Amino acid sequence: MALIETVNLCQRYGGQYVLKDVNLKVDRGEVFGLIGPTGAGKTTLLRLIDLIDTPSSGKIYFDGVDTAASGKLRFELRRRMAFVLQKPVVFNASVYDNVACGLRWRRVGKRATRQKVEDMLEMVGLSAYKDRNARSLSGGEAQRVAIARAMVVEPEVLLLDEPTANLDPVSAATVEELIARIIERRAVTVVMTTHDMSQGQRLADRIGVLMDGSVLQTGAPREVFSFPRSRRVAEFVGVENIIDGVIVSNEDGLVSVDAGGKTIQAVSALAAGERVCACVRPEDVILAVSPPSSSARNMFAGEITRLVSAGSIARVEMDCGFPLSVLVTKRSVDELGLEKGKRVYASFKATAVHIITKGKAD
Amino acid sequence: MAEIWNGFIRAIELIISLDPEVMEIAGRSLMISVTSALLAWAICMPLASLIHFNRFLGKRALINLIQTFYSVPTVVIGLFVFVLFSRAGPLGGFNIMFTPAVMVVGQTLLITPVLLGLTISALSGVDKSIVDTARSLGASGLQAAFVVVKESRFAVVAAVVMGFGRAISEVGVALMVGGNIKGFTRVITTAISLETSKGDLELSIALGIILIIIALAINLALNRIQQRS
Repeated sequence: MALIETVNLCQRYGGQYVLKDVNLKVDRGEVFGLIGPTGAGKTTLLRLIDLIDTPSSGKIYFDGVDTAASGKLRFELRRRMAFVLQKPVVFNASVYDNVACGLRWRRVGKRATRQKVEDMLEMVGLSAYKDRNARSLSGGEAQRVAIARAMVVEPEVLLLDEPTANLDPVSAATVEELIARIIERRAVTVVMTTHDMSQGQRLADRIGVLMDGSVLQTGAPREVFSFPRSRRVAEFVGVENIIDGVIVSNEDGLVSVDAGGKTIQAVSALAAGERVCACVRPEDVILAVSPPSSSARNMFAGEITRLVSAGSIARVEMDCGFPLSVLVTKRSVDELGLEKGKRVYASFKATAVHIITKGKAD
Repeated sequence: MAEIWNGFIRAIELIISLDPEVMEIAGRSLMISVTSALLAWAICMPLASLIHFNRFLGKRALINLIQTFYSVPTVVIGLFVFVLFSRAGPLGGFNIMFTPAVMVVGQTLLITPVLLGLTISALSGVDKSIVDTARSLGASGLQAAFVVVKESRFAVVAAVVMGFGRAISEVGVALMVGGNIKGFTRVITTAISLETSKGDLELSIALGIILIIIALAINLALNRIQQRS
């Protein structure tokens, strides 16, 4: 049985749907990542799960119990969870008092409180700051206090709302490392939101893509990133080459897609006549300056239209009847003498192409 | 001109020598106004919380009404308290007319609207995320409300100090219900008013200087509090 389950969950503000028919299941001990662009409804969903807000319609089950039963029940269930808000919020009190508050509200004894708070401060690396006013801390430190304050009550569920979104890169890395340690060490179920897909990929066991208030796809990170089920998910998870076309033939699972006169071969069960998007990850494309003799089924010649260097990696954009982005190492750029206007050959395997039927959630 | 100058010199002497009469009047002023401010706080803190943390019809109108009473003339409060506590009045039985006690009642009434209004805005000034954080960490409704009250403490103290400032500087209530009885209900403002009309500028100026020093101290205290919050 899932620890948290939402059934047809809807939230409306002023007649507008912020969440629409969200059905999610999170198992005990799982790390579930909610990814989606800003404004997709991620925070709204977390607030509903934490039982801070009540949904317009739909149900939330916690450990099999319908949370709508009574205010008292919601309060008791809320005490089994802890929520770290996106903006680091600390009370105008010492770091120690901040971390201790959840225990005090639960009437935990003084000695036990001291022990737990000190252990937790040790874990987040803020023992030396325990007497300082939490308001005087930096954003990253404040977020660590917020995480310690949430974890000290030993929640069954930890809800994290974009825990690193408001932090500088160094603080963000520290906080993410702390979250990774918590996930590793403790038997806690985590639901976290992020618009940083790579963070979701690093931390989550399973990912849900939330866009415009609806969950478009859930699955293991690898599955979601490699096999997006719709064009919007593909765009969001960073598939840069999304080529529109029509399947012209299917021979034993090997389809030919006509993309404006060019034919792309891919592996799919879809039949001829189906309108599709062919997705190709830029890192799966190989570039050469002369026609390659590889076994790759797809090979296109074209001119480089743009070359952008980013550290040791360079992005090559070329026009081969359709625009195609390719990632190559900086070294390859030098060795192949790549530059704007140069004629190159791009090749990729049929298995590197992911086919999405059109109209599905489009 | 010489008279004013002499009055000023003599006033400084009165203050430096800690003249018993000056000190007694200043002490009483402080005592009555501090008591009024604390009493008003004791009334306003729970009342403001009740108004802030509950949703009800006419809340906005009630807050507007409270704000209207910020600038209620002191003599109107004086009249009101006079009518209430005079021998024939509904609370005449308490027999506290022309005592420091009734002055405290009057000044408390005078500053309650300001204090109430400012305490409500202090509570609404606390970021909404504070309540969410407290609730998400397992605080009950009451515990979360207490967190908000605690977060607003600097702004509330500033409000109390402001109320005290209004109480100590007013003359209407103190004169009308206190009666300016020497050695009993005479306070700085009523003494200045009487002594000036009697022509005793020295005492008036000395008390005036003390009042300004108190005002200055209040201002400094407010600044410090605002910096901390």
